[in-house]
Amino acid sequence: MDILFLARLQFALTSVFHFFFVPLTLGLSIFTAILETAWVRTGNEKYLKLVQFWGRLFLINFAVGVVTGIVMEFQFGMNWSEYSRFVGDIFGVPLAIEALLAFFMESTFLGIWIFGRDRLPKAVHAASIWLVALGSNLSALWILVANSFMQAPVGFKMAADGSRAEMTDFGALLFNPNVWKQFPHVLAGGIVTGGFLVIAISTWHLMKGTRDRDAFITSMKFGTIYAFIGTIFVTMAGHTQMQHIMKTQPMKVAAAEALWETENPASFSLFTIGNEEKLEDVFSIRIPRLLSFLAYNSFEGEVKGIRELQEEYELRYGPGSYIPSIITAYWSFRLMVGAGTLMLLVSILGLWKIAKEDYRFSPFIGALFFWSMLLPWIANSTGWILAEMGRQPWIVFGLLKTEQAVTPASVVSAGELVLSITVFTLLYLMLAAADLLLIRKYAARGLEAGQ
Amino acid sequence: MELQTLWFILVAVLFTGFFFLEGFDFGVGILLPFIGREDRERRAIINTIGPFWDGNEVWLVTAGGAMFAAFPHWYATLFSGFYPALILMLAAIIFRGVAFEFRSKLEHPSWRNFWDWSIFGGSAIAALLWGVALANIIRGVPIDASMNYAGGFLNLLNPYALACGIASLLIFTLHGAVFLTLKTTGELRLRSMRAAKNVWVPAVILSVVFMIYTYVETDLYLHLGINPGIIPVFSVLALLSVKTLLDNNASGWAFAMTGVAIAFSTATIFMGLYPRVLVSSLNPDWSLTIYNASSSPYTLGIMSMVALIFVPLVLLYQGWSYWVFRQRVTTDSHHEY
Repeated sequence: MDILFLARLQFALTSVFHFFFVPLTLGLSIFTAILETAWVRTGNEKYLKLVQFWGRLFLINFAVGVVTGIVMEFQFGMNWSEYSRFVGDIFGVPLAIEALLAFFMESTFLGIWIFGRDRLPKAVHAASIWLVALGSNLSALWILVANSFMQAPVGFKMAADGSRAEMTDFGALLFNPNVWKQFPHVLAGGIVTGGFLVIAISTWHLMKGTRDRDAFITSMKFGTIYAFIGTIFVTMAGHTQMQHIMKTQPMKVAAAEALWETENPASFSLFTIGNEEKLEDVFSIRIPRLLSFLAYNSFEGEVKGIRELQEEYELRYGPGSYIPSIITAYWSFRLMVGAGTLMLLVSILGLWKIAKEDYRFSPFIGALFFWSMLLPWIANSTGWILAEMGRQPWIVFGLLKTEQAVTPASVVSAGELVLSITVFTLLYLMLAAADLLLIRKYAARGLEAGQ
Repeated sequence: MELQTLWFILVAVLFTGFFFLEGFDFGVGILLPFIGREDRERRAIINTIGPFWDGNEVWLVTAGGAMFAAFPHWYATLFSGFYPALILMLAAIIFRGVAFEFRSKLEHPSWRNFWDWSIFGGSAIAALLWGVALANIIRGVPIDASMNYAGGFLNLLNPYALACGIASLLIFTLHGAVFLTLKTTGELRLRSMRAAKNVWVPAVILSVVFMIYTYVETDLYLHLGINPGIIPVFSVLALLSVKTLLDNNASGWAFAMTGVAIAFSTATIFMGLYPRVLVSSLNPDWSLTIYNASSSPYTLGIMSMVALIFVPLVLLYQGWSYWVFRQRVTTDSHHEY
């Protein structure tokens, strides 16, 4: 079997699985911190119970995020040794800073938060969960500094012998425009993920009529507002990010739109079945001018198509295909945007219910609120699939191709890869099952559950 | 001092910190099913490291990140070359990490047993593999002219590396047992004391075997010279003193001494390695050194500034967390895990 395919498969598995847990950590840490602040300020026991309830779910989820994160850090060296040699001078730096600045803060203060309730003043205890939230979200910032170099490399020069990229400007790396488009998007994605989970579980309790109805109404309110704010931000951030990608990686946008030919004004595809070999539509429904509008906030404007970009790239980078898997890019983009649109509608419905103080949901509304918790997960995963698969064949855009980045077969063989993929898959399935079991149990148990 | 040397020292310090800190929580994990006979005892044992294990593990993540940033070739060659061993190590670390969080969340005895043995197995495998890895780095592994590992998994399982693995397993277990004498009371403390004294004997024997074996298998002593300096000598003396200190009930000092033994022996290995970072058994010229494996001076400079600002800060708040949880844990304490 092809080692490139296997190494990519393993990276996809481990990173998508890791990112099942991370956004919830990002979003739920802030949410728990907000509730604990409410407890400190009001002294209302209801908030304390809610902190313990959501905090416990946060912890169950947190552990899996942490341990799968170690795999993420190690596997650049393990499976992508040529990549590590090529970009280590740049890429390693944000990774090291992430650990030093964010992971230490997150893990140390989490220990203090879990075990320190009886030993610390209330305000210090609340500060510790805020530091956990800060640490988690800072880690997202630093990993995105690293990822942004892959998407739009800046602040570097090539070594004289061409063997690696070397950092020349740390500030440029940090203030890479891509970071500041992508980070708000991921941050808001975390808030949305946390918010919809809170909505779902609160709804479940309100429908079941468990005790502490009052407290679950409070968390429904907090969760809905939180989810709504997150959804607005994620939509806006996604929009500006796409406009930025138009400039830095137009091929990714063209692939996500299945836009074969350059158009001005450009139409937006609602539904396309295309032929990737011949680069043409089999069947397509398109809305005229909408893509130009999304790209430039104007109904005029040229959006380059796949064919023209391929010709341009061949001139610039030499012969070869520069077209990513269009079916993957196209459908992951549609799933992400579709899930985002549904989240917006559901959170508006939620706001309306809250405004009317109507917490007796019909079975349909209840099911809608409950199952909407899956939407952020769909959007998070497909968003990353688009970001990474849409950049192909590049691992670092314009500098290094993915096929040049993989560890040589003489070092890590296909057999070893098959073995490691098997180990990780079994291990991760087991973790997912245990995690789900525990989350279900503790979510259903309600507020009394103490330890 | 040149930046490469500074970063070699910093990576060594990070690994030393990791072995010192995670060392005792590996040891506690290994001893868990034996010292803790029933559920409340096991919970008390896990709670002695509950607030710390995750923060301790970040020392490894930071060491890995620092290697990647400062010596990309070291990171790339080592991590790809030791692939199967690392997969095993990751699986072990994953198991024990989630086990801490999961084990008390369900009442069922077989659920708890499963995770308790996961903590044991994960801790033991990781403790063993670190010794194996370190021994191979200093002994030398087949590295070719293009810095790629040219051996198989079995190259890593030589008797010398296994001896070092068993030595590290025993020393971490001892370190954990001594830590438990410091953090528990009553029956648990008595059992920890007994375990510490029992493990001390084979730990000393294996360490001596390892030191003699090192003379045969590596150039470490050649490298350190006739007078190796106080660090290796102190690491031996520290380990020897542990028994006497335990006999006199001086747990605190005994813990300091197992810590010194771990820290100084790690330091000795790094000193013997310098300026190499990974020895090639095929050709000395193909060894990775701090010069041919390092990042550019600019990157090392940036990293130095970051480390200068944030390492003291991290030490400060991690130290504070140990201060907050300085009391002993009893089986009647409030349990989180």
